[in-house]
Amino acid sequence: MTTTKKQLHRIDLIFKNEQDCKEILRNALARSNQEVINEMVNSGLKGRGGAGFPTGLKWKLTAEQKVDEKFVICNADEGEPGTFKDREILTRVPHKVLSGMAVCAKIIGARKGYIYLRGEYKFLVPNLKKELRRFHDILDELGLDFRVEIFMGSGAYICGEESALFESMEGKRGEPRNKPPFPTEIGYMDKPTVINNVETLAHSYTILKYGAKKFRELGVKDSRGSKVFSVSGDTPIPGIYELELGMSVQDFVDDFGDGDTKAVQVGGASGFLVPRKRFGKTSIGYQGKLTGISLPTGGSMMIFNSSRSMYNVLNNYLDFFEEESCGQCTPCRVGCQQLLKGIKAVKRGEKPASYLDQLLKLTDTMKLTAKCGLGQSVANSFSSIVENFREEMIY
Amino acid sequence: MSNMVNLTINGIAVSVEEGQTILEAAEKLHIKIPTLCYHKDLCVAGNCRVCVVEQVGNNKLVASCAMPVSEGMEINTNTLKVRNCRKHIIELLLTEHNEECTKCYRNGHCELQELAAEYQITNQDFIDLVPDKNYTVDRISPAIEKDDSKCIRCQRCVRTCAEIQSVGAIAVAHKGSEMKISTVFDRALDEVVCTNCGQCIVHCPTGALTEKSYVEKVWDAIADPESHVVVQTAPAVRIGLGEELGFEPGTRVTGKMVSALRRLGFDSVLDTDFTADLTIMEEGTELLTRLKRALVEDDPDVALPMATSCSPGWVKYIEHKYPEYLPNLSTCKSPQQMFGALAKTYYAKNVKVDPQNIISVSIMPCTAKKYEANRPEMKDSGYKDVDFVLTTRELAVMIRQAGIEFEKLNDESFDSIMGTGSGAAVIFGATGGVMEAALRTAYEIVTGREVPFENLEILPVRGLEGVKEASIKIEGTVDDWKFLEGVELKCAITNGLENAHQLMDNIKNGESFYHFIEIMACPGGCLGGGGQPYPVDDEVRMKRMQAIYNEDSDLPIRKSHENPEIVQIYKEFLEEPLSHKSHKLLHTTYVKREQY
Ligand SMILES: Cc1cc2nc3c(=O)[nH]c(=O)nc-3n(C[C@H](O)[C@H](O)[C@H](O)COP(=O)(O)O)c2cc1C
Ligand code: SF4
Ligand code: SF4
Ligand code: SF4
Ligand code: SF4
Ligand code: FES
Repeated sequence: MTTTKKQLHRIDLIFKNEQDCKEILRNALARSNQEVINEMVNSGLKGRGGAGFPTGLKWKLTAEQKVDEKFVICNADEGEPGTFKDREILTRVPHKVLSGMAVCAKIIGARKGYIYLRGEYKFLVPNLKKELRRFHDILDELGLDFRVEIFMGSGAYICGEESALFESMEGKRGEPRNKPPFPTEIGYMDKPTVINNVETLAHSYTILKYGAKKFRELGVKDSRGSKVFSVSGDTPIPGIYELELGMSVQDFVDDFGDGDTKAVQVGGASGFLVPRKRFGKTSIGYQGKLTGISLPTGGSMMIFNSSRSMYNVLNNYLDFFEEESCGQCTPCRVGCQQLLKGIKAVKRGEKPASYLDQLLKLTDTMKLTAKCGLGQSVANSFSSIVENFREEMIY
Repeated sequence: MSNMVNLTINGIAVSVEEGQTILEAAEKLHIKIPTLCYHKDLCVAGNCRVCVVEQVGNNKLVASCAMPVSEGMEINTNTLKVRNCRKHIIELLLTEHNEECTKCYRNGHCELQELAAEYQITNQDFIDLVPDKNYTVDRISPAIEKDDSKCIRCQRCVRTCAEIQSVGAIAVAHKGSEMKISTVFDRALDEVVCTNCGQCIVHCPTGALTEKSYVEKVWDAIADPESHVVVQTAPAVRIGLGEELGFEPGTRVTGKMVSALRRLGFDSVLDTDFTADLTIMEEGTELLTRLKRALVEDDPDVALPMATSCSPGWVKYIEHKYPEYLPNLSTCKSPQQMFGALAKTYYAKNVKVDPQNIISVSIMPCTAKKYEANRPEMKDSGYKDVDFVLTTRELAVMIRQAGIEFEKLNDESFDSIMGTGSGAAVIFGATGGVMEAALRTAYEIVTGREVPFENLEILPVRGLEGVKEASIKIEGTVDDWKFLEGVELKCAITNGLENAHQLMDNIKNGESFYHFIEIMACPGGCLGGGGQPYPVDDEVRMKRMQAIYNEDSDLPIRKSHENPEIVQIYKEFLEEPLSHKSHKLLHTTYVKREQY
């Protein structure tokens, strides 16, 4: 048990509204592509959309493709329930995101970029358009041939998955594609494409401004820099917070909990539930920390106190997946229905408690065989909730 | 030469071309990996996931149909992990599935059933999801039935309809647990752009898409002592039927088929080949007449290219998608419908049977023919010209039901009249066949000489390519046709509606000019029709095609105009091609339809 309460390290980088966008861009564009790529790689920045792929490497791989037409896409689909950090970033510091896109475009050789904006965020459009006009003027002044357009999303959660997003932009049904090939090779319109989360692009601005070294000072091994979190649930202070990566869940709960925290869901519906007994042994970041478990998150941190029924929590997640699965692949489409019906049957006593073990095996199959991240990650919340709160599932 | 990639599968080394998939590499080693959504004719979907295998070093399983090989890859197809996952996936599919196999049309011919048998799925551990589903069954179309409760959502039909046929009548609707295969506004297939081609049926692994069966109706007719039941068989049936009854693809079973039909109890076993020859006479003359009007009379209203009209799937397609080209469509009915109209007139008179008592049945490689027989205008004999249309598959069902040991049957010959066909008629069953048959006759009419190809084989129009072009220079014309002297007759041939779509767009844009185009809705022509046995791929289609051309070259008469029954019918009944009587019985009209 930790006895000393440690104040979490709040960061103020992303939302700091600096007006030096043109300068930063001018400097970045003046540097060689190799230099910028090295800077990005050295920063250790990993994608903030959930999967945590190294951003510098993504840019590098796309830059290496010998193809005339390429694209940069900003993923602003933000479909995870309870998450609204990308909306905040696009509202308060859109120029940082656009600058990140422009530098990426120069490096990989793209002339066209898109912001794939969640349908519900339509109200952001007038402001974004104004911002885009200003930004395009700056690009003209700096002599960079690059234009960004806004593309309105269709409203389906799965369209946030990068390959489904491309399909949807191409006017097709939003269904994830087979991988490989990856977007760095074959993305939007079958051209090499960098697709990054809103926050990832905003961080790239920070790196370009302050340098990789400064960025690396934040966070821990393999999880560098800061991250914007959407804190919700049983907390007296819900909202958006920029925190240093690598914190333990215990420290997080000490800061944000209501004193009666039973569990924290890290990473939304597709993330993991951390029960109280694991708070100290679990940290927030990407895989590869030396000790304990490290959990990645797109930004959602949901706190549950002891009044919450974990059965209801799981039920809600499964409801969500059963509906939001694109439905194309068997393990995910049917698996989600079985999990949802299964826990209900156990609760009602129509199936024995041991049926939960059978469902756990099913989630293993889903993890191993589903076509995309959605179906593969249903197992996360299912197994972490069922294994830690088995009694609540039965009685 | 392309790069070779080395990998091992189950410890066995194999080397395949870069870009191939694990599934293809395994095939080379004769290691079978189960598949459901995969089909050689279609682009890879990777959605059923039964083909998953283990890749050493990858913590997920990979879909072997979608995963390209890479150097040094180590694959295992039969580990405990793989087997357990596959079993789970099959079990999951079955929980969504109305698994009443004994009451299912595809019982015994179903890929899902086969897989369930292979993996011995005898347990029902998971919850049956069917009671909570709102599955619908669409039985409105006269040709095709769609039963959502049998659908495994592999999207083979959707890809078929879009990629091969460029129709897009069916698509995926909704997501999650509600995801299903649907039409625009969930209308019945009969009320949308669907051409009834049946390619989706041939590509569907389960009983979700099937033909509407008329087997019982035909048994009833045969049993009725008042009825005189005549049956006609299309060219492609005789080279496809064997596949359903224990023969290798590409086996010709014409004589056994005739013998079986007689044993089933049909009163007269006749041949659509006869009206295929008749089609050549009518359509050939129509083409020459159009050319004369265009070249001699400078008639601006004459529509060229003239397009063939014997594929009812193509006819419905053009009615929906290119209605402005309806004047280009030959007015000739399909051989099936010509036969129907003659069965209740010419034939009835000849055998002295009251046409009212004639039931005319046709055996077709095609589901669109079921629809065609039900078109309201197809009643020129004064009755419904063709009463029931069965597919090749349905004929096989009847033969099995009748307890006929098909393999043991002796060869028998068609009855007469309307039972003789030429080699030119047989090749109607292959893409390019109508063109070749028409050229054999038209060239001879115009020049008095045989087409200048060895053994009458017009090779440029043969084969499975999407669009074939041929041109033939007309020289040494006889007096009546001097206006064609020196004309280079330009022709094009396509199979599969996606190719037809390309060709029509080329014509529309003015990129290509032709006098005559042959279009068949199905890949390979009728031999690959929606009523033919499954499974099918290019290899099977090639074998069937070879069988058709062998049938042609073995026949004593190879040209339509030399068919003695054709000579006879013009002499005794029709007078001449495009006569008043021909027009009444053998020609038809078309209607413009909605785009969707
Ligand atoms: C079901 C699903 C939904 C996703 N939704 C989002 C999303 O809303 N926003 C996002 O940035 N990434 C989302 N992703 C991740 C993207 O596929 C992709 O990894 C990401 O946009 C890459 O950007 P990054 O490297 O900057 O994180 C989702 C992934 C899955 C599997
Ligand atoms: S895992 Fe789910 S969301 Fe992803 S492709 Fe399969 S059905 Fe669609
Ligand atoms: S579709 Fe196949 S598995 Fe399903 S009921 Fe019919 S035969 Fe059985
Ligand atoms: S109808 Fe047949 S082909 Fe189409 S998705 Fe269903 S099972 Fe597959
Ligand atoms: S019958 Fe042909 S056109 Fe109709 S849905 Fe099937 S494939 Fe499409
Ligand atoms: S056959 Fe490979 S996923 Fe269906």
